[in-house]
Amino acid sequence: MNKIKTIVRKEWAEVFKNRMVLFSVIFLPLFLSVLPLIILYSMGGSAANSANADLPAQFQQFCKTNMNAGQCMQYYIVSEFLIMFMLIPLFIPVNIASYSIVGEKTTRSLEPLLATPISTSELLAGKNLASVIPAIIATWIGFAIFAIGTLIITGGSALASALLDPMWLIAVFIAGPLMAVLSVNFSIMVSSRVNDPRVAEQLSAVIILPLLAVFFGQIAGLFILNSTLILIMCIVLLLVDVLMVYLAVRLFQRETILTRWK
Amino acid sequence: MIKTDNLSKKFNTTLAVDNLNLEVSEGEVFGFLGPNGAGKTTTVRMLTSLIGPTTGSAIVNGFQIGKQDTEIRRSVGILTETPGMYDNLSAEFNLEIYANLYEVKDPKGQVEKYLRMLGLWDRRMDAAGTFSKGMKQKLAIARALLHEPRILFLDEPTAALDPEAAHLVHDFITELQKEGRTIFLCTHNLDEADRLCDRVGVFKSHLLVLDTPANLRSQLFGRRVVFHLARADESIASSIKLLPFVREAKVIENKLLVSLEDPEIHNPEIIRTLVGAGADIQFVGELRHSLEDVYLELVKNA
Repeated sequence: MNKIKTIVRKEWAEVFKNRMVLFSVIFLPLFLSVLPLIILYSMGGSAANSANADLPAQFQQFCKTNMNAGQCMQYYIVSEFLIMFMLIPLFIPVNIASYSIVGEKTTRSLEPLLATPISTSELLAGKNLASVIPAIIATWIGFAIFAIGTLIITGGSALASALLDPMWLIAVFIAGPLMAVLSVNFSIMVSSRVNDPRVAEQLSAVIILPLLAVFFGQIAGLFILNSTLILIMCIVLLLVDVLMVYLAVRLFQRETILTRWK
Repeated sequence: MIKTDNLSKKFNTTLAVDNLNLEVSEGEVFGFLGPNGAGKTTTVRMLTSLIGPTTGSAIVNGFQIGKQDTEIRRSVGILTETPGMYDNLSAEFNLEIYANLYEVKDPKGQVEKYLRMLGLWDRRMDAAGTFSKGMKQKLAIARALLHEPRILFLDEPTAALDPEAAHLVHDFITELQKEGRTIFLCTHNLDEADRLCDRVGVFKSHLLVLDTPANLRSQLFGRRVVFHLARADESIASSIKLLPFVREAKVIENKLLVSLEDPEIHNPEIIRTLVGAGADIQFVGELRHSLEDVYLELVKNA
């Protein structure tokens, strides 16, 4: 455990010295938390005049009985941002994790690191946690800002309680971390197979595509995210995460990484 | 301490190390010499359990490579070809990371000990990236020693260092030798090997020779003594050639070059003969072949 902690400390000390990385960790969650609040605030008057008929049919069932048409419209618009809170933990760690192995290769620090009695599992656990923890913390802080802002703007109405229902909580507190683990392990796999940090970052960013597809699918009205869908997503994510962790350890071939790197 | 048995490593179709058999004793400084691409770094990587052998085996500090890799890594220190420090982190933090990874009991104490020993204590808070090459190399040496390994693998420890920094590293290696540590030194610097190593092995995919530098010189070139005379001519050389232990004698300007097995025993008789032949001897000295001559001769014929 001490070795894992050491790797985490080392990664953070290195990563957060880079202001751009720090900026990406802070700015994105902040932006995606404040944006729905601005929409919520600006819709305050106009939404009240909307009718439930303007909403997609699948969504109307989610509108609580104590919501008026305007609140229901606000709820719909802001719900579109739910997926953003799953995108944050997917996106933030890519920056850190994609550099984690290839960065050690370029600075030639990988060989002395692998010469220590650290196991591959310990090394990758340290690299994982160093990327996953900031992503989760940033997401949760972003969500806290969003939740508090929502309560203030809506005055604790039915809309506020709807936005803080189990679906949102599962999405943010379970699906989010699972997304982060997925993203980090994918990035680590890429990072250990390539020799250029830029290539690592570009390839790792591919992991965002499936979630973006979900995002646009929802906007296009192809489906509406609900608790059941999110729960199914969590179960699938859990299984994929287990597979990804297994693959990341299996694909981290010390010998190949050392001897192919020039 | 280190024993290899037909140790081999193949990368695809390239045989990097071919049936290496060698033994390095405790407290010995062993020089591993060879041209670029000879397989020296591959050998060090196998012996430090960074990569596995294709065939053969090796015992390092009582542990078998491929089977007790973690134990080997725990018990050896390695100075890699490039220092590979974390340039954004302070010297002290760099070492603390490794002290923890090597499971050192008193990480802070060990870090302080080696930073002081290598004269880096005053710069401990500075980022490693601000250090000169020599200072980085010293920092990397400190990293290799934090866990007090009994065996040290040093891969080109003075490459790219200025003479002063190289001298410091040489002195430090000598100190480590005095502490009884076993040192496996890969180097291109043949003067360095000559000065520091008890034995050297010349390697080019396989081991060409293995002996002390003095024996290698003697085996390949014999020993030659140069007599500076006030006036030298062929008649003097002829009188020396009559001596049974003299292999060869020739005159170059006013110098008489004599090849023989054992100058310590036979020089007095040569001097007596020269004086008897009327020669005025000004100086006597041994004409030494450098380890570089030995190395070049071996590698050329390999």
